[in-house]
Parts: sequence; C-alpha cells; structure tokens
Amino acid sequence: MENKEKKQSRRKFFFKTATAALGTIGAVGIVTQSCKEPVEEGETVSLLSPDGTLVEVDKANISMAKMPAQVKEARAGIPNKKFVMVIDLARCRNARKCVTNCQKMHDLEPGDEWIKVFLMQDSNDTAPYWFPKPCFHCNQPPCVKVCPVGATYKRTDGLVLVDNERCIGCKFCMTACPYSSRVFQWKDPVHESQADHDYSPETSVPHQVGTVGKCDFCPDMARMGKLPTCVTGCPNGVIFFGDKNEDIVTNGTESFRFSELVYERAGYHFMAELGTEPNVYYLPPVDRLFDYETGFKTLTSEQKEFYEKSIVKKH
Amino acid sequence: MDLDQKSTRTLNYFVPQMVTISKSGILQLSVLVLFILGGFYALYIQIVDGHIVTGMRDNVVWGLYIANFIFFIGISYAGALISGILHLLRVEWRHPIIRIAEIITIISTIIGPAYILLCMGRLDRLHHLALYGRIQSPIIWDVLAISTYLIGSIIFLYLATIRDLAALRDYPFKSKWRHTLYKFFAVNFNGNSKQNRYLERGLDIMSAIIIPLAVLVHSVLAWIFGMTLRPGWHSTIFAPYFVVAAVFSGTGVLIIALWVFRKYYHLESYITKIHFNYLGIILMILGALYAYFTFSEYLTSWYGSETWEMEVLYKLFDPNGYWWWFFFAAIVGVVVPILVILIPQFRSINSITAVSVIAVFALWVKRYLIIIPTLETPLLPLQDMRPEYIHYTPTAIEWLLTFAGVAMFCFLFFLFSKFLPIVSVVKGEEGTNYAELRKTVMQRIIKRT
Repeated sequence: MENKEKKQSRRKFFFKTATAALGTIGAVGIVTQSCKEPVEEGETVSLLSPDGTLVEVDKANISMAKMPAQVKEARAGIPNKKFVMVIDLARCRNARKCVTNCQKMHDLEPGDEWIKVFLMQDSNDTAPYWFPKPCFHCNQPPCVKVCPVGATYKRTDGLVLVDNERCIGCKFCMTACPYSSRVFQWKDPVHESQADHDYSPETSVPHQVGTVGKCDFCPDMARMGKLPTCVTGCPNGVIFFGDKNEDIVTNGTESFRFSELVYERAGYHFMAELGTEPNVYYLPPVDRLFDYETGFKTLTSEQKEFYEKSIVKKH
Repeated sequence: MDLDQKSTRTLNYFVPQMVTISKSGILQLSVLVLFILGGFYALYIQIVDGHIVTGMRDNVVWGLYIANFIFFIGISYAGALISGILHLLRVEWRHPIIRIAEIITIISTIIGPAYILLCMGRLDRLHHLALYGRIQSPIIWDVLAISTYLIGSIIFLYLATIRDLAALRDYPFKSKWRHTLYKFFAVNFNGNSKQNRYLERGLDIMSAIIIPLAVLVHSVLAWIFGMTLRPGWHSTIFAPYFVVAAVFSGTGVLIIALWVFRKYYHLESYITKIHFNYLGIILMILGALYAYFTFSEYLTSWYGSETWEMEVLYKLFDPNGYWWWFFFAAIVGVVVPILVILIPQFRSINSITAVSVIAVFALWVKRYLIIIPTLETPLLPLQDMRPEYIHYTPTAIEWLLTFAGVAMFCFLFFLFSKFLPIVSVVKGEEGTNYAELRKTVMQRIIKRT
C-alpha cells in the first residue's frame, strides 16, 4: 500500500519534471532563436538613411525594418492563439521590476502603471501578500461593452486592446472597468525612445493626449516570439505567460502545462463574481518564498507607511 | 389675426419690454457675457494643455462636468413634464407659466450635453460617434435620446408659440427685420377654426410624445451609471430615482424663473400666488417621492452591507468626508421644502421660491455626491502615492466652465425674452372646443330621439 503510493508519486514526479524540462527547452529555444548573433560577411551595401545621407552597411547586418502590425491585423488578432497569464502570488516580493520594465517599454510617466503591485490582505487574520495586477483581458470585458466607438475591442486571441487613433476620450471604459486597469493620457505625452515608431494598437506607443491606455499583453513581442516585458523582467519568475491552445505557460525559465498548473495549484480568478471571465489566473499565496515585509525593502519609509495605512480597511 | 381684448392688452404690455433694454439690463447682460467669456478662456486652456488642468485623474475620471450635465438635463424636465402634463390635463392656470417652462427645457437641453463635450478627451474626434458608433454603448443611447428630446421640445415650444408669433407679425413694429422674422415663423397662421383644430391636435400629440421621451432621456442617463459594476451606481432603482430627482429640480428651477421674471418684468398680474402655490404643492409631492427613493436606495445598500457599498456609505456618512454635503443634499434639501410648503402659514411667494433655491442647490450637490464618492471608491485598494489621484478637487478651470454654463442659461433666457413674450399672449380655445363638441353631440342625440 505504502509502496504503491510511493510509486505513484514517483511516477507523477517523473512526468512533472519531464514536462517542465521539455517546456524549458522549448522556451529557451524561442529566446535563442530570436537573438541570433549577426555574422560579418564583409560585403557592404549602400543605403539611403532617412535624413538623406548615403551610408554603407554590412550585408549581414541588414534585416527587414520592424513594422508594427497594421490596424486591420491589430484588430483581428494573432491566428490560432489564446493568450493567458498565470501569476504565482507565492513568489512575489514586490521587486517592482514588472512595473518599471513595462513603464520603460511603453514610455509611461513615473506614476502611470499599466501593471500595478497592490498590497492585499483578505481578512485581518490572514497574512498580507503582494498582488501584481495587469489588465485581465476579460472574455466578457465591461470596457468593450460600453465603448461608444469601438476603440477598445476584443480579439480572437483573447486580447483586449485600445485603438488610440479612434478613442474619443469619453473615459466610460475607465468607469466600467472594475479592476482599475486603465490609464488616461491627461497631457501631451513625453516622447522618448519609441517616438519614431508608427502607432499601432499592438505597441500602444506613441501615446496620444486625451486617450486611454492600458496593459496590452505585449502582442508586438508575441509576434516576434518573445515574452511580455513584465514576464522577462521579473527576478522571481512570478508571472507566467503562454497560449491556452498549446496549453503551455512559461516565465522564461520554467514552463508548465497551463491546465495542470491552475488545476493543481488551485488557480483562481480575481473577483470572479463580477462575471468578467478574466484571462489572468492567480495561484494563491501559499508556501511563500518571501515574507511580505521583504517587499518593503525597495520602498522608502514614506511609501511603506502609506501601504500599511491603506491596506487594512478600518470599518 | 383677430385678437380679443385681453390678448391685445397683454401684447401691448410685452412689446415695449421686448424692443428696449434698460441701463441696468445692459449691465447685467455684460456681467453674464463676462462669465461666458471666462468659460471660453477656460475651455481654451483645457484644449491647449489637455485635461491635466482639471481635477480629474485616473480614478475620478468624471467630475464637475458630468455633475453639471445631469443637473441641466434634470432641470430640462420643467418644460417637458410640467407643461406636457398640464397641457394634457387642460389645467387652466398653466397658461402664464407654460412658456417659461418650455424655454427652460430647450436651453438646458442645449447646455447640458455641452458638458459631456467638455469631459471628452478628444473633442476633435466627435465625428467618430457617427463613423464608428456602436448601439451597444449607453453613450450612444444618450446621444440618440437627447437629440430626439431636444428636437421634440423645440417642436413643442414652436407649436405652442405659433399663435403669439402670428400676433407679433400683425403688430406694427418699427424695425423691419422683426416683421420679416415673425412673418417667416408664423407660417401664415391666421387663427381660423381649421388651423386652430390642427394646431390643438399637434400640441396634444407632441405633449403625449414629449412625456415618455423625457422619462426615457433621464433613464438612459441613469443607465450610464447603473450599467457599470460600481458601488453606489450599480442599482436597479437608478433610472426612476433619476427621473424623480429631475422633475423635482426642474419644478424648483421653474419656480425660481417665475419669481425672477415676475420681479424683472413686473408680471404680478399674470403670475400670481396661485401659480406658486400649485407649483409648490407639486414640488412638495415630488420632494416626498424623491426622499422615499433616497431612503430606499441607501437603506438597501446599508442593510445588505456589501463591502464595496459600505465603503461608499462610510464616505457619505463620515463627518470628515462628505457627511455635511450629504446631509444638505439628502435631508435639508428635501425636508425644508416639504415642511415650508406643507404648513399653510409658511406658504408665500417668497418662501416657496426660497425653498426652491434650497432644493435646486441640494439636487446639484446630490449629483456631485452620486459621481465623486463612487469614483473615489474603486474595487481595488487605492494604493497611489499621488494625492490628487485619490481625492478629487475641482480646479478653477472646471468652476469657470460651470459658472459659464449658468451664465449661458440666463443669457439665453434673456435673449428669448427679447424675441418672444415670456408669457403666452394668445390663448388657445381647447377648453371651449370640448364643451362645444359635447353640446353639438348632445343636440344631435336629442334631435334623433
């Protein structure tokens, strides 16, 4: 009896590690493929640069210019994909690298966060935990329902995106979103690195004054076979990203079968009772890697005080 | 058009006021224009610098503008419901007040939606509503309902004014342009029985249409809030609650307007204590109805004690939060008007007007309290280090535009009073019509037997 149980668990262990290993190989493959080292060929080509000067470039270094997806493509979605995110709350220690990486990639102002890290406590008797929250890309998105011009829309791959060229700035989606996911561009945006990009709903930059922005799950990265910047930025591998159709999620170093991960680790939807059917799953903060107080290390004393004050609801 | 003696007297009384303007009138007008210009200046700054100049931020995305929007659409009820219902019921005392009520409707239905435009981040993309409009969005419902309502109200006012326009056309004005204007708008009306019959029928149809339309407009407005998953908003009671609040404030504004015009144009012989008494009683009944809805709304959410609902309630009942505003809006603004009008000894023209002012102010505050505390209470904790993202404070720009709206309201009212007598001059004959109809029918029956 005891033996049998042992055997079973051993078999289970084998399968688990095997799938994890296979997944990791796959993920590493994706990453290595996309960052191949260019080889010097010695042959050069003359090219006209945008400012009108003739330049010589090594043939090996030439690649097609990165073109953001056209509006039509960006409205349809990436075929045969169903993007999903799993966030393991047991691993988060508020390193805030997801936040800063996202802000850097999307040219966001310091206070504007498309992924936020909240300090949550479910009841006075339970321990607080850090709660990273991107846009949930709901399957029943209240924001899409209320948009008067279809500027925010649902795609076949599950993403909810915003077309800043169509948005009229009525902010109805911001009141409709129960998860505070949306950020308004209150003033003229400060263009930095991405200023020369053509706008696409998939890159979400450059921003436009008077329109709404939010987490887009980085579909431009997905098209290049890369992971969203919050996933790769996280030092603790909190955030897993993947495809529901392939049933795999990865944080860049570990991969899991999505269905098994959420099944075995009791994955749940945040505020499922609202009926929005999010595409972001949370794994409850059990057997934590860090005490929640480690999360205060990166904060100033002022911030720490603020968090502690705002966490417990005093009614 | 032949006028009876009384109508001629009324017309002779009003025309001098329409063509002349006193020195103090010019002064008052220039103050109004100053406020309106201030509004345009604020609008210019808001367009150039973006919405950063307002107090609105990512949590409180709607502020004063939307409160003003609901307020103005609310007072537009004065004309639609009051004059519509009074017309259908053939209430005799309605004649001197019905024109003012209808003008309130049209002006506020023009000014109200302007605040939605002010709240829009991209005014330059307004045409997207036509290009990409989605019928699933309550905003589109609102656009359709309000524009229909505005057109309906204009037709209603126009039909009710044709008789006066015809009288004005036949009046020997000195200026030629006035004559051309009235001639154009009077569309050859000469008051023969056929025209009168059609006009009466048109008025009946329009007032029957305008009543459900008005109810619909304010329901749709309430649904913009009611459809979202927000504490304090997501409530089935919201549509009727908004409708009742709207008629309540609309009646209040109507009483104030009557008082002002009575003083300003010396209409003591036209607008009498009877009008104030009757409208006061309507105000009192609506106030009681509104109090009942308020009580029901807050009792339900308090008794149920859902966490999010309670958070909004705690803000409303917190003496350091919104309590005093809430106390004024939900208790003082209702109890005082009801008590003053209920007790006959307290009832006078001035006291009824004073409580109307209180009621109208309270209703404006109530609209503010519907929007801001809810938006300050998102479902996720407000962990933002920027204080302006947590608590909303309206900026000078928003106040300037608010005052400009009120000034615009008065200014347009003034303009109207220069083109039309503020009290309807020529009375219809619907009262005698029915009596005569009955008489002829009876005579026929008698003949047959």
